[in-house]
Amino acid sequence: MTTSLPLIALIGFGLINFFLISASLLVYAERKVSAFIHNREGPNRVGPLGLLQPFADVLKLIFKEDITPKVANPFIHSLAPWLMVVIAMTTTALIPLAEGVVIADVQVGALVLLALTSITVYGVTLAGWSSNSKYSLLGGLRSSAQMISYELSMGLALGSVILMTGSLHIPTIVEDQMLVWNVFRNPIGAILFIVTAFAETNRAPFDLPEAEQELVGGYHTEYSGMKFGMFFLAEYVNLFIASFVIVTFFFGGYLLPFQSFFAGGFPGWLLVALQMGALVLKSAVFAFIFIWVRWTLPRFKYSQLMNLGWKYLLPISLANIVIIALIMAVAGLF
Amino acid sequence: MLQTFFPLFLQLLMAGGLALTLLLGAKYLGPKRPNLIKRQVYESGMDPVGSAHQRYSVKFYLVAMIFIVFDVEVVFLYPWAVTFKDFIAAGSGLGVLAVILPFIAILAIGLLYDIKKGGLDFDS
Amino acid sequence: MTPQFLFFCLAIVAITAALGMLIARSPVSSALWLILNLFCVAGLYLTMNAQFLAVVQVLVYAGAIMVLFLFVIMLLNVAALPSVRDIDWRLGVGFVLGVALLAQLSYAIASSTDLMPAEVSLESTVATGSVEVVAKELFTRFAMPLEMIGVLLLAATIGAVLLARRVSPK
Repeated sequence: MTTSLPLIALIGFGLINFFLISASLLVYAERKVSAFIHNREGPNRVGPLGLLQPFADVLKLIFKEDITPKVANPFIHSLAPWLMVVIAMTTTALIPLAEGVVIADVQVGALVLLALTSITVYGVTLAGWSSNSKYSLLGGLRSSAQMISYELSMGLALGSVILMTGSLHIPTIVEDQMLVWNVFRNPIGAILFIVTAFAETNRAPFDLPEAEQELVGGYHTEYSGMKFGMFFLAEYVNLFIASFVIVTFFFGGYLLPFQSFFAGGFPGWLLVALQMGALVLKSAVFAFIFIWVRWTLPRFKYSQLMNLGWKYLLPISLANIVIIALIMAVAGLF
Repeated sequence: MLQTFFPLFLQLLMAGGLALTLLLGAKYLGPKRPNLIKRQVYESGMDPVGSAHQRYSVKFYLVAMIFIVFDVEVVFLYPWAVTFKDFIAAGSGLGVLAVILPFIAILAIGLLYDIKKGGLDFDS
Repeated sequence: MTPQFLFFCLAIVAITAALGMLIARSPVSSALWLILNLFCVAGLYLTMNAQFLAVVQVLVYAGAIMVLFLFVIMLLNVAALPSVRDIDWRLGVGFVLGVALLAQLSYAIASSTDLMPAEVSLESTVATGSVEVVAKELFTRFAMPLEMIGVLLLAATIGAVLLARRVSPK
């Protein structure tokens, strides 16, 4: 794509703001959905239907005192939340928003995405270590061991998609789903990817790092004020990005349903707008599922979590990729 | 080619700026009334005992080591995944399969060994 | 911004990070410097159009190996070294000059013999750095080394498990 850098910068700026706002809306959605599941009211005081509640929360966080423990390493204590936000926000650049609209049109995009996922571990590990608190360190260790364990299965699930598409270029992977979404061609890969996405975002039922009954607040026990807010922000941005990524790789990304049959006559701007809408809508469904699952399923035990990752998901994802390769080579399908 | 990465770096810069603004906001906007009790680490209301930087279970270390091995394996699988379609189109799909399947099998044996030897058991 | 200019900027940061890694007294800051260094090296690969290698560098070194390093540092609670203030500054100057001399001598020797690497134009690397080219070589000409790497990795897995088992009592 030969679009000029200023335009790309503008889109990138818009995207960052979009994710900032949607993160606060997701917090609101989480509280409302959990309230509905618990048969409660949820936030309903600030603004109509409590819609301004997340913004009130942000203001509160900004004007709270920022406490750094005496025994902490102050530089790394600040570096950890910075890393979390930066990595989360950089990942947004890789998602194709509509046909021909993607900020970072990189040939090896799928691998860059995995690389960014793999360095998220640092934020968690460093936060846990720098606080010099037992709860933080245990939470950070557990969390990083969990993230690296599930990263392998996630990489292999993504590998099976790459195998079928024959490309690492994310827009190509989306266009390849024009006729059939990948979830129908590769259902096991889709399930594996969704499960590992839950684990990578530290969401329930994989939220052991924040198992409050055992570890208080996990790796962000010793954070307060806006630094805590940054972890909170990164968590919800990551949740939404995970939804976008799931949609992009398995549910047709920005493609409209049966687009190839009717979209030919649409003017360009309308198609782009419709596709962006479709992408956001599909991702919102997955964000809802993330929330729904959190308030429905109980948490795993740590040994169960490691067993699931290493003894079930990893062999299954290896078998999945081998079987797909065999079908491709022998039967010539996909 | 290098140019295709510039937008990614641009996004990185903007994200870095945003996160830095938030950090500075955290530093300067809130009240500053530190005292010793506040700056203690949390230990369920008790005075903290010793430092948190102690020795922890070797299990975490083992997981990280095994992870490296399999991460390297998966990295070798990506080039294969990308080009497998081309190989099939060129008629050498089965030949490449004969290269990659033993590779995967060798590592599957490693995984099986780890599981059987209890290297990945967190129950004890 | 030409690739050459970027290359020199990244190289300077990489060397600074490497020095920082050596000079830093606490193991965790050493590890952080090393991570910065690894990212710079990935950037160097990018300026030479080896995009697959660049991403893999981040994925494997920064995403896996450095995580192990950090784990070890945290799990074993390695203490920080004493501060370097009592080391003579003349030692540092001598070290820098020695390295400079070594670099100059090796350059002189390499350019007078035919050890200098042949010059490659950046345009020609575009064709060789892509995943497709790497894969075509890897699965045809280098198929046997690939299997050997598989065996090596297997040995590493078994070694890791045995190491950890010997530590635990029973």
